[in-house]
Amino acid sequence: MPAAASGSRTLGRDLLGLALIALVGLGGYWLFPDNLAFLTRVISVALLVLSLDLIVGYCGIASLGQGALYGAGAYAAGIACVHGITDPVLLILIGAAAGAVMGLLMGAIMLRAHGLPQLVLSIAIVQLLHEAANKASSITGGSDGLSGMSPAPLFGVFEFDLWGRSAYLFGLGLLLIVFAVLRFVTRSPFGMICRGLKEDPLRISALGIYAFPVLLNMFVISGTVAGMGGALAAIATQVVGLDSVSFEVSANALVMLVLGGIGHLYGALIGTVIFMALEHIVAAINPFHWMTLVGAVLIAIVLFAPRGLSGTLDELARLLTRNRWGAGR
Amino acid sequence: MQTALSIAVDALAYGMALFIICIGLSLTMGLMRVVNLAHGAFAMIGGYIASYAARDLGLGYAFGIVLAMIGTVLIAVPLERLLYRRIYDRSELSQVLMTIGITFCVIGITNYFFGPTLKTIPLPAELARSVDLGFRGIAGHRLFVIASGLVVAGGLWFLIERTGFGIHLRAAVENAPMARALGIRTEIIYAASFALAIGLAAFGGVVGAEFLPIEPYYALRYMVTFLVVVSVGGAGSIPGALAACLLLGAIDVTARYLVPDFGNFFFYLAVILVVCAFPRGLMGRAQ
Repeated sequence: MPAAASGSRTLGRDLLGLALIALVGLGGYWLFPDNLAFLTRVISVALLVLSLDLIVGYCGIASLGQGALYGAGAYAAGIACVHGITDPVLLILIGAAAGAVMGLLMGAIMLRAHGLPQLVLSIAIVQLLHEAANKASSITGGSDGLSGMSPAPLFGVFEFDLWGRSAYLFGLGLLLIVFAVLRFVTRSPFGMICRGLKEDPLRISALGIYAFPVLLNMFVISGTVAGMGGALAAIATQVVGLDSVSFEVSANALVMLVLGGIGHLYGALIGTVIFMALEHIVAAINPFHWMTLVGAVLIAIVLFAPRGLSGTLDELARLLTRNRWGAGR
Repeated sequence: MQTALSIAVDALAYGMALFIICIGLSLTMGLMRVVNLAHGAFAMIGGYIASYAARDLGLGYAFGIVLAMIGTVLIAVPLERLLYRRIYDRSELSQVLMTIGITFCVIGITNYFFGPTLKTIPLPAELARSVDLGFRGIAGHRLFVIASGLVVAGGLWFLIERTGFGIHLRAAVENAPMARALGIRTEIIYAASFALAIGLAAFGGVVGAEFLPIEPYYALRYMVTFLVVVSVGGAGSIPGALAACLLLGAIDVTARYLVPDFGNFFFYLAVILVVCAFPRGLMGRAQ
């Protein structure tokens, strides 16, 4: 891999990527000032999809239960806020901690099985939590949702107003920090071991590495990120609904990730933005047309672009540059 | 005592209805190695056809079942040739994604043609009345479902273990290139077993409509249930699927009778416990 060979070049590329994300985010802020609540939701879901990418893309573990981690963060932040802890940064940390604990639990359970039973375990966990959150309505508000939160101003200055400006910028800042950290994590030796476990578990174990703690670590990191996403949604909308811990959220997150490209942090972001923008437009016209469209897109991706949009773009770029070299010779 | 008996009968009938639908999924997953999440969508299509034939055309229940099975297979076979054939040897994730995609498409299209309302399949008089067993009566439909489940289980076991087709199928599963070298047309075997699985799904969708009502979200709502049941039983095993369906059906029905406000909580709790204890399913084979 050339990544290790030229550290300063990758650093430059990372800074460029971060600047690009910030630019797009700020562009959204100026272009769609009336839709900031929706854009904040996109950021919160982007965090969820990033966290799913850590498990699916970097460890090769298929999961349809990522909503469990997201919902844990959302409910933890929501409950803390209702009970008087209103500092938004602290709430994000609480959400992250709850997500991490849930990630630890979920990883410990899911890593017992492999393949299909593993996938089923992930579904069972998220469904179990959904029913539990529904039943424990005295704490979670049940099917009415948890409401009555009023987060304090960010850093004591910026109010969370009706237009959602501070919520959006807060979310964008959070996304940038998380993205930078994840770039670092996925490129670290730890991230490399995870990729190795995905490609060839036998060889990694022959190198003397025990897979379970490594993967469990990744589950905890993933839970932290997803929990932050949930907490951000709770702060921005000031409501936590039962749908935040549901199979639908988890399945949608997987679809977004696949659309963008698995094993690619940028892919996770691209997939989220495209999917949610399309959903916003088409589902408003007719939700059933939306389902048909998503289904058709999924089939097309599996058949024609198994590496998702970002992977296909990569391939195209490689083909183009190769052709140019060929023409030059 | 009366409650216990009616819970037991309902649980048994529900488990059998689950079994008729899920056994096809278990076969495609265990024998053909395809995670077909669209299986529930085919059961739903069967239900819609039967409802259309029996209620709107007034053709009767038995005719509705036959039409549903034939119609669903006719819809599924082109899909097998066009789509499924391309994912037989792809990763589980690709299979999951493509079949979720098919499910979404089926839901969207079904709703476009039939609308979002619930479809009923009228029962014939013989099944609608209760059958007297001497000490108490049992709804005829429940008995019919239980009997159908037993017939399906026995028939499939005979087909796979005792007939030439079953030998060819098992050979194709065990080692496809070698089976082809011996002159077995594996693609025909695969297509036939896929059609069989889909036909059973349609049959189960119709007879199980009393438990799992037919509506456009059927495919998505019960997709998880079917998948869970199959992997708890161990993919590809008929006794495993039967055991899982009866066990989970019993837990689900009992919980719904006794603690209805917990919803599916105990169902999924049981699933987690079973999968943790038997990571390959109750009777799954080592891979």
